[in-house]
Amino acid sequence: MELDELYQSMILDHARRPRNFGELAPPAVRSEGYNPACGDQITLYVRKGQNDTIEELRFTGQACAICMASASLMTVQIKGKPVREALRLEREFIRSLTGPDDLGPALGNLRALAGVKRFPQRLKCATLSWHALEEALNQPAGPSEGGGPQG
Amino acid sequence: MVNRAFLSDRTRQDFPILHQSVNGHPLVYLDNAASTQRPGCVIEEISRYYREDHANVHRGLHALSTRATQLYEAARTRVARFLNAAQPASIVFTRGTTESINLVAASWVTARLRPGEVILTTEMEHHANLIPWQIAAQRTGAQLKFLPVTGEDGAGVDWDRLERLLDELPVRFLAFTHISNSLGCVNPIARICQAAKKVGVITLVDAAQSAGHSPLDVQAIDCDFLAFSGHKCCGPTGIGVLYGKSHLLEQMEPYQVGGEMISSVTYERAEWKPAPHRFEAGTPHIAGAIGLAKALDYLDRLGRPAIESNDHLLGRLAYERLRELPGIRILGPRQDRAGIVSFQLGRIHAHDLVAYADQFGVALRGGHHCTQPLMRKLGLSASARASFYFYNTTEEIDRLLNTLRSAADYFGA
Repeated sequence: MELDELYQSMILDHARRPRNFGELAPPAVRSEGYNPACGDQITLYVRKGQNDTIEELRFTGQACAICMASASLMTVQIKGKPVREALRLEREFIRSLTGPDDLGPALGNLRALAGVKRFPQRLKCATLSWHALEEALNQPAGPSEGGGPQG
Repeated sequence: MVNRAFLSDRTRQDFPILHQSVNGHPLVYLDNAASTQRPGCVIEEISRYYREDHANVHRGLHALSTRATQLYEAARTRVARFLNAAQPASIVFTRGTTESINLVAASWVTARLRPGEVILTTEMEHHANLIPWQIAAQRTGAQLKFLPVTGEDGAGVDWDRLERLLDELPVRFLAFTHISNSLGCVNPIARICQAAKKVGVITLVDAAQSAGHSPLDVQAIDCDFLAFSGHKCCGPTGIGVLYGKSHLLEQMEPYQVGGEMISSVTYERAEWKPAPHRFEAGTPHIAGAIGLAKALDYLDRLGRPAIESNDHLLGRLAYERLRELPGIRILGPRQDRAGIVSFQLGRIHAHDLVAYADQFGVALRGGHHCTQPLMRKLGLSASARASFYFYNTTEEIDRLLNTLRSAADYFGA
């Protein structure tokens, strides 16, 4: 069934049991992804470590399986990676989903989202957490105590 | 129990679009609250008009223009009869419900309300019957107040509170929907309008979900304004109706200005035509109005009382069948509901559910149904919705149920 391409078992697994689900206290920065068309909502928390790496990241939210799985896979894939590499991965992921090329080996488990290419109306679901990531990484680090910046 | 035949038996063959496969399955179209389909006679009439009679209206002196004008004005008379309006001049053609409401918001409410006065509406309104009042309130300094939706799953508004609110607050204007597009509840419009009239409050009924489904008699209801869209009652998209009491329309300034709505123009100033033409600047959607008139003929041949009871039967059947599903949460009241059923199935997000159903040819709506504040109040970011029309069958409700059951397995709800 065509639907199985979209909802691969890895997608359903990550949607049911999202990894890195939860909040992070400041100085982690926080950003929001919201798709008003369908109500998908993701809050992403990112704490950078030394040498400009992504030391820790988590997310919370209410969203469809594609959006949840994409966020969950993203956190697994980029945790511990340098910011520069995470941003490169983001560009590669979005370019592959929107362009003619297949999702390449560099994308690892994110290739489970390849089915989205045949369901263009779900593209926003798959990219929501990535746009939130870009926004979080472009923010200055939050204060070490008190409320973090609001996305 | 009366033994009755469903209207689908004699109407389904009139709708060419329904006879197709989607993703390898016969189409089950259950998104009628978003837009209904058109019978062949409406499609033919639009095509016939363009083939035989088209020219611009109200300006040409030649044969085609005369014919087009006659057909366009006959469509206005047809709409007046459909609503039992006292005269055709009470019928303004617009692009749809949204434009009709914006027209009233701009030309009546914004022009007349003073700071501190109240625009009253409900918590169940479609964004089209909410945002125009937000803007009107901001512009005039009026307050926007809401009759609350009660019940954990949104049973409806407690209309018994209306009279007290009308006594307590300086209400000038009351806007509310006849049938809620997300809860499926039916509001007692005549009772509401009469209570408002007693205290001199002007009323607007959003009839987008009811015009093609229920008998409407604007004189019996005694509303001041009523709005609906052609495409939700078998007519074309891009055409809609604003009914307004003539004495109100005559007092109102135009909403848009330009050609066709003026009586005389100098370089310095212009004078308006009387209503309704004052509100129809520019070339109107002539074919849309003519197609709408044909759609109303079709509906009245079926009979709106018959359509209404058919709707309610399908709605109740769907509601009772959906209740069998484990983990389902159905929005809206149990009794007195129209053919609109919104629901949340377990933990499955509406988007996933709608995408799944589509693979089996079942067309549902998923999202906030343009009622974001209501969904938020009910603790939902989205819900799925099945909405019925007279051409839907009980077999299609079976197909819906089977699809939802297999979706629950698939997503492990």
